[in-house]
Amino acid sequence: MTREEIYKQLDEVFQDVFDDESIQVNDSTTADDIEDWDSLEHINLVVAIENKFGIKFNMNEVTSMKNVGEMVDIILERI
Amino acid sequence: MKELEYPFDGDYILKKKKTLKKELLKQNKKFLEKNIAILGGSTTNDIKLVLELFLLNYGIKPNFYESEYNKFWEDAMFENKELEEFKPDIIYICTSNKNIINFPSLSESKEEVNEKLNSEYIRFESMWQNLKNKYQCPIIQNNFDYLSYRILGNKDATDYRGKINFITKLNLMFYDYAENNANFYILDINYLSSQYGLDKWQDPFYWYMYKYAMAVPAIPLLSFNLANIIKAIYGKNKKGLVLDLDNTLWGGIVGDDGVDNLIIGEETSEGQVYTDFQKYLKEISQMGILLNINSKNDLENALAGLNHIDGILKPDDFIVIKANWEPKSNNMLAIASELNLGVDSLVFVDDNPAERAIVKDYINDVAVPEMNEPYKYIQVIDHSGYFENINLSGDDFKKNKMYKDNIERNKMISSFENYGDYLKSLNMKATIDKFEPIYMARIAQLTNKSNQFNLTTKRYTQNEIEDTANNAEYITLYGKLEDKFGDNGVVSVVIGKKTNEKLDIDLWIMSCRVLKRDMEFAMMDSLIKECIKHSIKEVYGYYYPTVKNGMVKDFYKIQGFTKISEDKDGNTVWKFVINDYKNKNKFIDVEEK
Repeated sequence: MTREEIYKQLDEVFQDVFDDESIQVNDSTTADDIEDWDSLEHINLVVAIENKFGIKFNMNEVTSMKNVGEMVDIILERI
Repeated sequence: MKELEYPFDGDYILKKKKTLKKELLKQNKKFLEKNIAILGGSTTNDIKLVLELFLLNYGIKPNFYESEYNKFWEDAMFENKELEEFKPDIIYICTSNKNIINFPSLSESKEEVNEKLNSEYIRFESMWQNLKNKYQCPIIQNNFDYLSYRILGNKDATDYRGKINFITKLNLMFYDYAENNANFYILDINYLSSQYGLDKWQDPFYWYMYKYAMAVPAIPLLSFNLANIIKAIYGKNKKGLVLDLDNTLWGGIVGDDGVDNLIIGEETSEGQVYTDFQKYLKEISQMGILLNINSKNDLENALAGLNHIDGILKPDDFIVIKANWEPKSNNMLAIASELNLGVDSLVFVDDNPAERAIVKDYINDVAVPEMNEPYKYIQVIDHSGYFENINLSGDDFKKNKMYKDNIERNKMISSFENYGDYLKSLNMKATIDKFEPIYMARIAQLTNKSNQFNLTTKRYTQNEIEDTANNAEYITLYGKLEDKFGDNGVVSVVIGKKTNEKLDIDLWIMSCRVLKRDMEFAMMDSLIKECIKHSIKEVYGYYYPTVKNGMVKDFYKIQGFTKISEDKDGNTVWKFVINDYKNKNKFIDVEEK
């Protein structure tokens, strides 16, 4: 899967979790850019992304990811 | 909503919960609004959000109070203005093994461990007592899930120092309390964690990262079970099963294969599947769930199949048997009307996806579980939570007989030319009296289960019923009806509040199984008699329309009340002046104590 293809799928997950079809994420997107993205919603996002790509993040990754770009780096490594 | 019925996709629910909520609210149902307080020993946010979806799907709209993280005990034990003002209808205490403070250590004596056990238990019991006294509402309490490790290996279960042993004992103490205290229910997360898979349930990731006591993907299973208890408390359980025959209760087609070639019985593996399913249904029917047949068959063949020598269920186990060539949706409606139940309290069980689709299409309110592989039939019916039992009463055991008697009565009606003669022939005897301690549970149950013959649809917990009975400002009456076919038990309840020489009727309900028996007139007579005793001159009745109680729209008119107001929602107020009252009931012999 290319980086672009991953983004296409990630957009779908974000749109589902935040119930907002206008969301488009990119490398520099962070929680500050999406209104409902708080720490409680973060877990649902993580679980939904794990399910979408059939991967598991480890604790260190979840706590240290600074933006969506770093998340995509990890997904690319795993799949 | 399909997405929220067993077997649901929990991951999908978690991901789409915002969208699902919007869709549920769009349905424009008349929701029952309830205040639910969640007192948590760990993070409860998603438990709350997913619970909301399942409740909305059951027609209950929750408002939530949620304690701060792990403040369940403080919230329950100390003064709490916010919770008091919230006025909870239900309190849910969401704790887990993470909230056990003192586990035994390996060097301790039996006495020391017992002391720890007691102190853990007392901490919870004092909390329940405190909540009970303060809020007088149903309490739902998690039991404890097991840990995913066992220091002593398998011996952890039996050794008094084992944590598994400790949790087991603590759970038993919780069950003891539940057995002896009405309005207290256990949410069995110990079972749910094993159903889900303990190692997955205890996935430490979710605890260390987010302080969830169980894996987030397991939450829909927990919230679903919690919603099932809550809907059962509010009388929203299903009441009956409507079953297909061929390839549902036995393998094969009785009309084509012949009775002798049906697959059922202990001899073959496939036969055992159907035998076990019939055994399961028989057990369900013993707790008062009504079994009925809806089958495309000649009646003769259907009965022959049900009389199969290896069958567990016999024709006598069913209330209504519809074996004909009518569309099954028509039969469903006919069965509901013969039972005098709403079609939404029935579950249609059929192996044929086309039949299921047709029934669901015509009657959206009926529950239609996915019955695909026969060996999973039991699991599907069981895990769907249709019949979540919160209070197994003596009446439940008699229910099947009562419904059957009713159908017998209906058959008899046609043999009388005059309805009055028929009523006379029933030799009805009623007991009508103020609430008595032995009937409190049944009275509370009736207030929560009656939807059709219910003027105000006010629900009461058992505590509230007891308080009302003991309050001198209220007139309370229950009515019990017997006839030559049997005892119907407590079937009607009236509660009125006195203000000087006026009485406001807060509640008037009657079980639909005694409709058109003049019981409502016997109740009116006794009510007026009570009023006269209390020097009451005017009685006010209220009718609040719901989707289900249209049948009593003109109830007070029939009783001789005069309508004094009606608002735009159809709520009406009625007045009755007591003046030279003549008894209305002519057919029931009433015993007043």
